[in-house]
Amino acid sequence: MDIQVLTFILVGLSFALYIGIAIWARAGSTKEFYVAGGGVHPLANGMATAADWMSAASFISMAGLISFMGYDGGVYLMGWTGGYVLLALCLAPYLRKFGKFTVPDFVGDRYYSQTARTVAVICAIFVSFTYVAGQMRGVGVVFSRFLEVDITVGVIIGMTIVFFYAVLGGMKGITYTQVAQYCVLIFAYLVPAVFISILMTNSFFPQIGWGSELANEPGVYLMDKLDGLSKELGFNAYTEGTKSTIDVFFIAAALMVGTAGLPHVIVRFFTVPKVKDARISAGWALVFIALLYTTAPAIAAFARVNMINTINGPEMTGTNYSEAPSWIKNWEETGLIAWEDKNGDGKMFYAADERNEMKIDRDIMVLANPEIAKLPNWVVALVAAGGIAAALSTAAGLLLVISTSISHDLLKRNLMPNITDKQELLAARIAAAAAICVAGYFGINPPGFVAQVVAFAFGLAASSFFPAIIMGIFVKSMNKEGAISGMLAGILFTAAYIVYFKFVNPAANVPENWLFSISPEGIGTLGMLLNFVVALTVSKFTQPVPEDVQHMVESIRFPKGAGEAHQH
Amino acid sequence: MAFKSEEAATAYWKANLRLMLVLLCIWFVVSYGFGILLVEPLNEIRIGGLKLGFWFAQQGSIYVFVALIFVYVWQMNKLDQKYGVHEE
Repeated sequence: MDIQVLTFILVGLSFALYIGIAIWARAGSTKEFYVAGGGVHPLANGMATAADWMSAASFISMAGLISFMGYDGGVYLMGWTGGYVLLALCLAPYLRKFGKFTVPDFVGDRYYSQTARTVAVICAIFVSFTYVAGQMRGVGVVFSRFLEVDITVGVIIGMTIVFFYAVLGGMKGITYTQVAQYCVLIFAYLVPAVFISILMTNSFFPQIGWGSELANEPGVYLMDKLDGLSKELGFNAYTEGTKSTIDVFFIAAALMVGTAGLPHVIVRFFTVPKVKDARISAGWALVFIALLYTTAPAIAAFARVNMINTINGPEMTGTNYSEAPSWIKNWEETGLIAWEDKNGDGKMFYAADERNEMKIDRDIMVLANPEIAKLPNWVVALVAAGGIAAALSTAAGLLLVISTSISHDLLKRNLMPNITDKQELLAARIAAAAAICVAGYFGINPPGFVAQVVAFAFGLAASSFFPAIIMGIFVKSMNKEGAISGMLAGILFTAAYIVYFKFVNPAANVPENWLFSISPEGIGTLGMLLNFVVALTVSKFTQPVPEDVQHMVESIRFPKGAGEAHQH
Repeated sequence: MAFKSEEAATAYWKANLRLMLVLLCIWFVVSYGFGILLVEPLNEIRIGGLKLGFWFAQQGSIYVFVALIFVYVWQMNKLDQKYGVHEE
């Protein structure tokens, strides 16, 4: 069967599964809609968190990014996993004990202030929208490449599926669909990786394979081969970086802290029954994430060697374009690969210097990898289904944060405190539906800045939420004046820095102009430090924290009684 | 009050913070230490075909992160039992 038919079948089957789950897991109350009734098993929650967290960016783009960045790509691997240690040790158990529905709930109650709540709501909505537009776009790209439908049609199909289970099931529907989506995406990620690892290194586990000797050149380690190839073609050695140490340090920190401060991740830990479950659930989440994240660097290395060999040929003299494998021609149609025969010899050649004749988009590395390695068609189709699962699961989690921010934080806790549970549930559903339409619009008409704002989302979460929550738990004397001024200082500084270098004056975005040579991607770390300093200073000179709030802080510091706290 | 006394509450919180800080130190050392600051000297050492510093930056630190969370869960559950603040 050809790739397209197989892809239709596999993607269709996965969609049928998601819809089936959605019908089974309908939400009847706001508690079910917001936190899945608070009764999700920690293992299932770990799996759902992993799917929630691993977006189209993790699935489609990350390995490609590492493949082109070499050592520097490690910031994504460490940054997007290390945050879970912070979550498990410093945030999740305490927020679960606090026992409300959302992050703005915590910020608003802990800092006894509607202003703090509103600042948190705006941040949550902004962060989530930037993220969700990218996910919808990812769905569209996969559809257009593998099913040859228009990107618009692809996005609309994706919207319809998410609409179905997010609006109907809320967190409950999303949680159980995410469990299924995790299984689809991890299977789709590992199968080609294992295949390629066996082909290239005779090793079943890609995690071991990338450190082994090559199957067709015994005695030569894969990574040495790759370092050699890279240098020969004028690139840096793969295992060495080009970024400055301080910049790598700050980017990794911004990604870690940002991860721990992202509302759609934090809110997942409200869905388990106990504090104990919240702790172990973060552990399971990281296990499931690590499965993909330890495979990604191996895929990156395999793909790079394969790609160079295919294009430049075994003799490193180039391959005739007329004999180019079909994947090159397939991807040329999408515009993600381009060949320009500069020296007129009819051969393709890839290099870092003037010999280069290829333009290769990093995003295709994972999607084209099975084709490059000449794997069977069903593996290629599986990768398409996996990419869609990764994009949809993250989109759903984000849409839920947006809808709860509006129905719960804005309406129930702020503007219309007297609405009934039924009315609030209806509001949540309408908000979810509206959010899906807005996200779909951005997916079809992506604003030019989507790729640019990823740094924004992490920087913002790192410089605003993370310090506010950490101090809310660990610094009993932190008052509302301190927290609000800290959040504002952190956000404004980080946003101004990013906006200046990314939008106002992109030409100036070079290391010489950066503050302490920190790039806009890493500036969130500095924003976070500023937040801490400002908050601690201001709180010393303003009103002490009220008695009842101090008691609340004491009570979230131990697990006992978490069940009751939930029924408010 | 869930604790037997004020002292018990303080002792529990102190033990919790100590555990957290020890684990966060390890977290910092494997990622920022081995993977970033000390990457060059560590790259002189190799395991199989991989340079050690590079391996920590792209894979090793992730394994340690997973282990850290499970150690934390195990130790905290013990601590909760000891002070009688675990959930029923």
